[in-house]
Amino acid sequence: MTVKLDAKMPTGALAQKWDKHRFEMKLVNPANKRKYSIIIVGSGLAGGAAAATLSELGYDVKCFCFQDSPRRAHSIAAQGGINAAKNYQNDGDSIYRLFYDTIKGGDFRAREGNVYRLAQLSVNIIDQCVAQGVPFAREYGGLLANRSFGGAQVSRTFYARGQTGQQLLLGAYQALERQVARGGVKMFPRTEMLDLVVIDGRARGIITRDLVTGAIESHVADAVVLGTGGYGNVFFLSTNAQGTNATAIWRAYKRGAAFANPCFTQIHPTCIPVSGEYQSKLTLMSESLRNDGRVWVPIKAGDKRAAADIPETDRDYFLERKYPSFGNLAPRDIASRNAKEVCDEGRGVGESGLGVYLDFSDAIKRLGADVIRERYGNLFEMYQRITDENPYQVPMRIYPAVHYTMGGLWVDYNLMSNVDGLHVIGEANFSDHGAYRLGASALMQGLADGYFILPNTLGHYLASNKLDKVDDSHPAFREARTAVDERTNRFLSINGKRTVASFHRELGKVVWDYCGMSRNEAGLRLALEKIPQLRAEFWRDVNVPGSAAELNQALERAGRVADFMELAELMCIDALHRTESCGGHFREESQTPEGEALRDDANFTYAAAWEFAGEGKAPVLNREPLLFENVKLSQRSYK
Amino acid sequence: MNLTLHVWRQAGPDAPGKMVRYEANDISPDMSFLEMLDVVNERLTAEGETPIAFDHDCREGICGACGLMINGIAHGPEKGTATCQLHMRSFSDGAAIYIEPWRARAFPVIRDLAVDRSSLDRIIQAGGFITAATGGSQDANAILVPKENVDDAMDSAACIGCGACAAACPNASASLFTAAKITHLGLLPQGQPERYRRALSMVGRMDLEGFGSCTLHGECQEACPKEISIDTITRMNRDFLRASVTGGRE
Ligand SMILES: Cc1cc2nc3c(=O)[nH]c(=O)nc-3n(C[C@H](O)[C@H](O)[C@H](O)COP(=O)(O)OP(=O)(O)OC[C@H]3O[C@@H](n4cnc5c(N)ncnc54)[C@H](O)[C@@H]3O)c2cc1C
Ligand code: FES
Repeated sequence: MTVKLDAKMPTGALAQKWDKHRFEMKLVNPANKRKYSIIIVGSGLAGGAAAATLSELGYDVKCFCFQDSPRRAHSIAAQGGINAAKNYQNDGDSIYRLFYDTIKGGDFRAREGNVYRLAQLSVNIIDQCVAQGVPFAREYGGLLANRSFGGAQVSRTFYARGQTGQQLLLGAYQALERQVARGGVKMFPRTEMLDLVVIDGRARGIITRDLVTGAIESHVADAVVLGTGGYGNVFFLSTNAQGTNATAIWRAYKRGAAFANPCFTQIHPTCIPVSGEYQSKLTLMSESLRNDGRVWVPIKAGDKRAAADIPETDRDYFLERKYPSFGNLAPRDIASRNAKEVCDEGRGVGESGLGVYLDFSDAIKRLGADVIRERYGNLFEMYQRITDENPYQVPMRIYPAVHYTMGGLWVDYNLMSNVDGLHVIGEANFSDHGAYRLGASALMQGLADGYFILPNTLGHYLASNKLDKVDDSHPAFREARTAVDERTNRFLSINGKRTVASFHRELGKVVWDYCGMSRNEAGLRLALEKIPQLRAEFWRDVNVPGSAAELNQALERAGRVADFMELAELMCIDALHRTESCGGHFREESQTPEGEALRDDANFTYAAAWEFAGEGKAPVLNREPLLFENVKLSQRSYK
Repeated sequence: MNLTLHVWRQAGPDAPGKMVRYEANDISPDMSFLEMLDVVNERLTAEGETPIAFDHDCREGICGACGLMINGIAHGPEKGTATCQLHMRSFSDGAAIYIEPWRARAFPVIRDLAVDRSSLDRIIQAGGFITAATGGSQDANAILVPKENVDDAMDSAACIGCGACAAACPNASASLFTAAKITHLGLLPQGQPERYRRALSMVGRMDLEGFGSCTLHGECQEACPKEISIDTITRMNRDFLRASVTGGRE
């Protein structure tokens, strides 16, 4: 059986598609909305915005998150900003330009129609957030301020200091809490979704575990929405929060939802390097630092002199040398790959040799320390707090780290997966960023999905389908609950010798080494041998202490790592099959003579949507061809 | 470095709790406080003991999930620093460290160092928002906000909702948390229509949740990882007073 991948793209001109679609979609009678129950898993920008908005429209909403409060979803950590095609700066921006930049940034592996809609809605997002009281930065005259971000040539990024994600999320959270008070949303914090229930081909509910009491519960609904974030933590070390996981989307995959482009992951060039084995996460240093910092390493391999003792003539400002027009502002993937390359040559700095300098001494000379402090003071402080080094005096050390996952569950234009009734929003879906995401566009996508797209398309689904009444005594619920119970008990009964964390760390290293910044056939094949071995060892030798009927953080983590163990394999399978390089997916076999990523449009202009075929069976590849009717496919060049 | 930890262990909300002593050896000064606890937990697990439960997520000082009383100080010795951003170099080799959960009537212990802070969500539910349903908002630049106002609003909006203010307060008051939200929204033109109703109902909710009242000790401001100023409380009191007179009418 292969799934049908119908993107349900509206016909007609690009700029009219969404308008036309909104008119053609069926509406739910306002008096009937409260009769429909909707489950939303996730309270980040995507899930929180969707839950608040659907409740405002009158639907009966249940919202779930694993943190103790919806306000702590990982969206809170986004620093840099959110894009919108407002053209407030009169610098030539437009909806079409934001659309074009995003499609090109994604290396032509996303749908034109989706991305255009995203650019259109970006404008409404800013209006909505300001109305809610999001304190975006402003000019003295009281108008909104913008900055240019991630190499964009226009200033279209809105920001709230270095805490844009926090402020946007608090806006959505406050709207959500208003609905909780009104009784339109029932919130389930400290609750983890462990399975999806599908009845007659439709998503009709979920199975959850109460993380405080351990109770396993069934929740029935007319539609299920997953806004559960990305899966970057498969790498163990990433900039993601500790709890970020793939469980919800992975369970849905195993219930029939196709997983698209799992190998498309984003590595961010400016993170604080790893300093020891015990390290639990990597910290992002905002990309904006590259506006004034110069990236360099010693010319000679093994040069262990302190930075100040290395004269100009012995330094290699490799980004400026290789990309004279973009220099230190070269796109994230290019900056990352080049940093890895120089470190692989033995020219990396710091104790581990896995780091490059980001040097502000020229900028401090030119502008004075005060200007630099005003621009980046909080980042410099954060850096010093973590590394105990003063970046005003010695150059920062940075290294790339996993940051974002473009892959996710396949969805159509309505944000519905191939399982009827199962909708997927935010980072959890694969929709808008293709093979690479531009800076400041994830926040935009999460909010576009949650505030503006899903509330319309979900209504259309409900209005166009007759849903039978079901309750949790249905055999499908009973079967799913039993499966969750059995799995939980299995973790607790292994009583092996290794901790969950030790398996997670080892898995992460395999994925990072072979399915990280650059990939090749031999490495991926090796990873595909190692991962199943490690998985077998996990199920034989993991030690999960405690019991199921209590707050048990080791048990929570065991479930998440077990799912990462399976997802990691799918990522490698996908990376192996895509023999082209595109965006964040760099296949060493496919590069230009200058060593840049080389796409293979003739063979790979499609989204790869993998379908679960049963335990121990190879997943089935489904292709959704991507049609480009408005933009011309071109080779990205940043020389 | 080698440290001696004294950690509050409590199996469940109704179970009795006690301080338990652990040795934490070979700790690197570059570890964060939570990474140090990870190392201890790895060892406890290997030895067949139950690891110590504590809340955490982002580990970069922004989600507000973490929060420990360290030697009696909320979030430990460094000013303006959440527990997850505290590094072991702030302690000396051989030190004894006492680690306890937030203690406040409105924050019941769930297990070990993890507490229930849902009371803070309920304070927001009472009015910590601007009523602006999705759609129908005017162009963002149609609302002018002086830069100084938005900067001040942002200072308050930076609250991460960790609860350190209430944990540090001798009266276990959540006034700084509540005042930060009232100040953030009250400084913006969009927040004016509900300003007094908001103050009345948020403060009312705070009392109902069992938080104490503020006697301006200032411990909250000292403990706040985002260094939110106690001036916000003065502002809250002003709004509340006026609202009490007008019954929340604008
Ligand atoms: C450090 C950092 C900085 C960033 N900076 C920027 C930036 O400047 N600009 C930008 O555009 N993007 C940025 N991003 C990316 C962006 O923040 C995220 O992609 C986006 O916020 C994801 O939102 P989301 O709603 O999809 O998911 P999240 O915010 O991750 O929310 C996921 C939700 O799902 C819940 N959940 C997950 N699994 C389960 C489960 N099994 N059961 C129950 N609940 C579950 C969680 O509790 C949470 O509520 C940054 C990311 C990081 C890591
Ligand atoms: S873990 Fe998020 S603030 Fe400390």
